[in-house]
Amino acid sequence: MTPSEFDFLKNFLKTRSGLVLSNDKQYLVESRLLPIARSSKLETLSAVIQALQKGGNRTLETEVIEAMTTNESFFFRDKTPFDHFKDTMLPALLASRSTRKQLKIWCAAASTGQEPYSLGICLKEDAAKMGGWRTRILGTDLSQEVLEKAKTGLYSQFEVQRGLPIQMLLKYFEQKGDMWQINAGMRAMVEWKKLNLLDSFSHLGEFDIVFCRNVLIYFDQATKTEILGRLAKALPEDGFLVLGAAETVVGLTDAFKPVPGKRGLFQRKPQADTKTAPASALGGRVAVGASSIR
Amino acid sequence: MKQCLVVDDSSVIRKVARRILEDMNFEITEAEDGQQALDACRKSMPDAILLDWNMPVMDGLEFLTSLRAEDGGENPIVVFCTTENDVAHIARAIRAGANEYIMKPFDREIVEAKFQEVGLI
Ligand SMILES: C[S@@+](CC[C@H](N)C(=O)[O-])C[C@H]1O[C@@H](n2cnc3c(N)ncnc32)[C@H](O)[C@@H]1O
Repeated sequence: MTPSEFDFLKNFLKTRSGLVLSNDKQYLVESRLLPIARSSKLETLSAVIQALQKGGNRTLETEVIEAMTTNESFFFRDKTPFDHFKDTMLPALLASRSTRKQLKIWCAAASTGQEPYSLGICLKEDAAKMGGWRTRILGTDLSQEVLEKAKTGLYSQFEVQRGLPIQMLLKYFEQKGDMWQINAGMRAMVEWKKLNLLDSFSHLGEFDIVFCRNVLIYFDQATKTEILGRLAKALPEDGFLVLGAAETVVGLTDAFKPVPGKRGLFQRKPQADTKTAPASALGGRVAVGASSIR
Repeated sequence: MKQCLVVDDSSVIRKVARRILEDMNFEITEAEDGQQALDACRKSMPDAILLDWNMPVMDGLEFLTSLRAEDGGENPIVVFCTTENDVAHIARAIRAGANEYIMKPFDREIVEAKFQEVGLI
């Protein structure tokens, strides 16, 4: 791969998936793309890049873009976002949406599905509080390959042991040979769609909660700002945005503010900590403020 | 420093587990079977027990059942660590009072994740 071929690839990935490759990532490109060079019979990396330059090979383009994504995920990754979900977001929304009784949750870089399924498990565990509620979880990702895996809900023994408590494994999974499959009820809770965050997502409508974790880190500042701006439009003022442990809105956009004391949690206008729940059909028993006094 | 008793009839596994757990700041004692483990617990209850299932003399499940009946035996956090990886075995272990369950083969990440799960780290 010549320097100009590497530059072409950098630019190609930046425009197509947002991925910013620094110049020290040549080894990464080689290890991810050589298998494609072989399977596509182009044999060398240079030949792959030339084919991309020539254009018109959609299959190859998709393969290259998907191969360069990092898809690592675990159940209940980082734990705190899921605590915020149960202790802060759900109580606030159960109070404020008590007439509509509807919740829409979006995992905007869902990868192999552990994040949406973890949220599904949280909802099931809280089912007692959610009688009569309609909840919808949408998982989207740029990569078709990870979505296929997410849909099957099949995980290796290794994957189900990182972050998933054993009781949850027993309760929500079935053993399938060497693998574990999340049960049909849980699979039915999540809907999957292919979506590139660089493209418009206004057609998805409005969500109450958006998890957009561990994907913005791969983009440059301008791309992050642009996506955050559009995410703000997908959320009502009291909706919640959850970012990854190494991600923030600070310095990127004024559209969101950190929710005080809740790491990784953002709102357009934070109210989780400042207001108590409005008097609601729940008889004011869901005290939003109370759960956040820390 | 928290104490962890590593119970496994394989010295290789004990060594691997010891290395991982020492890096996690545990003080390690070892036992080769359930009986040795029970004797060790009667002398001094550890904070955590990493427990194999199939062992000579007394197996892990038998040990766990006896342990939970001992004075103070409800205190240690018990994490099974075994090649038994079917639902029936896991359910039996939990019913007998195991707090978590690792299916072999395991690695550092799994041990850390599980120990975190039960609040040991
Ligand atoms: C590290 S995973 C994060 C998974 C999960 N959110 C988590 O935190 O565990 C990053 C995911 O972002 C996806 N991704 C990368 N670029 C994207 C884009 N432009 N649009 C949508 N998804 C993208 C990748 O395919 C990958 O599955």
